[in-house]
Amino acid sequence: MGLKQNLHKLKEKYKGTKMAPAFNALHTFLYTPNETTHSGSHVRAADDLKRTMNTVIMALVPCLIFGIFNAGYQHYAAIDATLRLDPLGNFFTWDNFILGAWTVLPLVIVSYLVGLGVEFIFAVIKGHEVEEGYLVTGMLVPLIVPIDIPLWMLTVAVIFGVVIGKEVFGGTGMNILNPALTIRAFLFFAYPTWMSGDKVWVHGAKEMAGQPDAISGETILGSLAQNHEPIYSIWDSFWGFIPGSVGETSTFLILIGAAFLIFTKVGSWRIMLSAVIGAIVMGLIFNGVVDQGWIQQGSSFYGLMSETFWHHLVIGGLAFGIVYMATDPVTASQTNKGKWIYGFFIGFISVLIRVFNPAYPEGVMLAILLMNVFAPTIDHYVLKGNIKKRLKRLKAKTA
Amino acid sequence: MALLSKKDSRLILDPLADNNPITIQVLGICSALAITAQLKASIVMAISVIAVLGIGNVVISLMRNVIPSKIRIIVQLVVVAALVIIVDQVLKAFAYSLSKELSVFIGLIITNCIIMGRFEAFALGNGPWRSFLDGIGNAAGYGVILIIVGFFRELLGSGTLLGIQVLGDPISKTGLYAIGYENNGFMLLSPMALIIVGLIIWVQRAQNKDLIEE
Repeated sequence: MGLKQNLHKLKEKYKGTKMAPAFNALHTFLYTPNETTHSGSHVRAADDLKRTMNTVIMALVPCLIFGIFNAGYQHYAAIDATLRLDPLGNFFTWDNFILGAWTVLPLVIVSYLVGLGVEFIFAVIKGHEVEEGYLVTGMLVPLIVPIDIPLWMLTVAVIFGVVIGKEVFGGTGMNILNPALTIRAFLFFAYPTWMSGDKVWVHGAKEMAGQPDAISGETILGSLAQNHEPIYSIWDSFWGFIPGSVGETSTFLILIGAAFLIFTKVGSWRIMLSAVIGAIVMGLIFNGVVDQGWIQQGSSFYGLMSETFWHHLVIGGLAFGIVYMATDPVTASQTNKGKWIYGFFIGFISVLIRVFNPAYPEGVMLAILLMNVFAPTIDHYVLKGNIKKRLKRLKAKTA
Repeated sequence: MALLSKKDSRLILDPLADNNPITIQVLGICSALAITAQLKASIVMAISVIAVLGIGNVVISLMRNVIPSKIRIIVQLVVVAALVIIVDQVLKAFAYSLSKELSVFIGLIITNCIIMGRFEAFALGNGPWRSFLDGIGNAAGYGVILIIVGFFRELLGSGTLLGIQVLGDPISKTGLYAIGYENNGFMLLSPMALIIVGLIIWVQRAQNKDLIEE
């Protein structure tokens, strides 16, 4: 008798007890449930919530693997700068992989254990089934935090994010804010010294600070905000050989993930495209301001404002946020027209925050959270507009 | 003979829990968010509001039959303003640094909706003794929440209680800080106060199902 039969048998045994939801969750996580609907109409479709979630996770796996190598690469390259002369040749090495796995995998494990633990507890107390909502969040969280974030901080943040960001609203599908970004925002405001600056993006930089062999890893946004010329080329940031949050550095892999999400119709291409347009428009406005000479070279905004408009798409976490988090079907706008507006403002505001508030180098997090709040309002007015249009049409017909 | 009759004691005890001005009536949130980053400030604020509302309720109750109802709001404002100025002056005289810390918020007690609310809802229709009890009770209910929020925000945000480092010294890394603990900067920002108030409301309603509205 295999594991599957054992699970089916155990499920019968636990039916009706308090622990049933926790057990059912494990069961449905491993196998297709062995029960079918008994009444009502049946819609046969293979894409249930679990499959949707798994599609996003598949799209994230390349970023995770790249992030593991990058964690090691950034550490060794910070110590020995000659490695940067041949990024590709020195990137996919065992040393990088071992160090990266050693630092990144604990983040993944903690994120999943704590997050699913909270979901299990809530399911048991409230007596409903565990929803699959955390599967994607749990994968996103380790990819959007700095590599050396202490695990206890991550634990506190995940508990906060899942409880306050999701469970108090009624669980998966009811949340207003993207839970992964709620977790990141909590970390950002609670422990700013671990979430920004030039010492957190490279493994070991914080521990070695102040020592003779100190290393640092300023991100591109960080250097631009201080009007420094970044040491990385734009191709480095496109391929992702740059310091940053664990999994968001490689725009190339994010594009592959985006293509996969659009092809499987899990992610909305409208949101992605309009967010890119929004970022480009804002970037062009800033470039225009610089070209007109309205801003002095010494101004603290000059570095970021003069950055060529399309560079904004490859540096920082903008691309990652647009593809994987702005498209979250729960927190995004639901109407097609609304999606255009919602996406546009995410791109637009991200670049705006980036340039005007160097204290918040990563504007995309705040932009998405802000637009999450506005998404229902946008939908409301899109619906109202549609109703008005139809009434007008009706009047024209009958008149 | 009991000190208070059963009806009178309910006036004090009800607002402490089941009819709490902050968690049930959702009044006075603004100052609960603004000054609760330190426990000391919360306690002083609680005491100030207890004094203002206790005395104010008595004054309004005594005058309730002579105040023309058209200008009653102005009369109430004058009473609160006078009391608040007294509290402000007392603080400036005896606890100058604290009054600096609380800055405008003592003055803003005037705008605290709980005070006008109790004047309108209770003092205008009841005798001075009962109004006094009602004022003390509501202000204490407000103060209790302030102190709970202040306790958690100061403990988790600064690692201190009433200015004493209870979790160790973050600079020389003693106590909890020696094993990597760090203060939670988010606790010092106002949104966290709102979330703590929300959590208190959650716990309270989970304890007492009668409070849950449909």
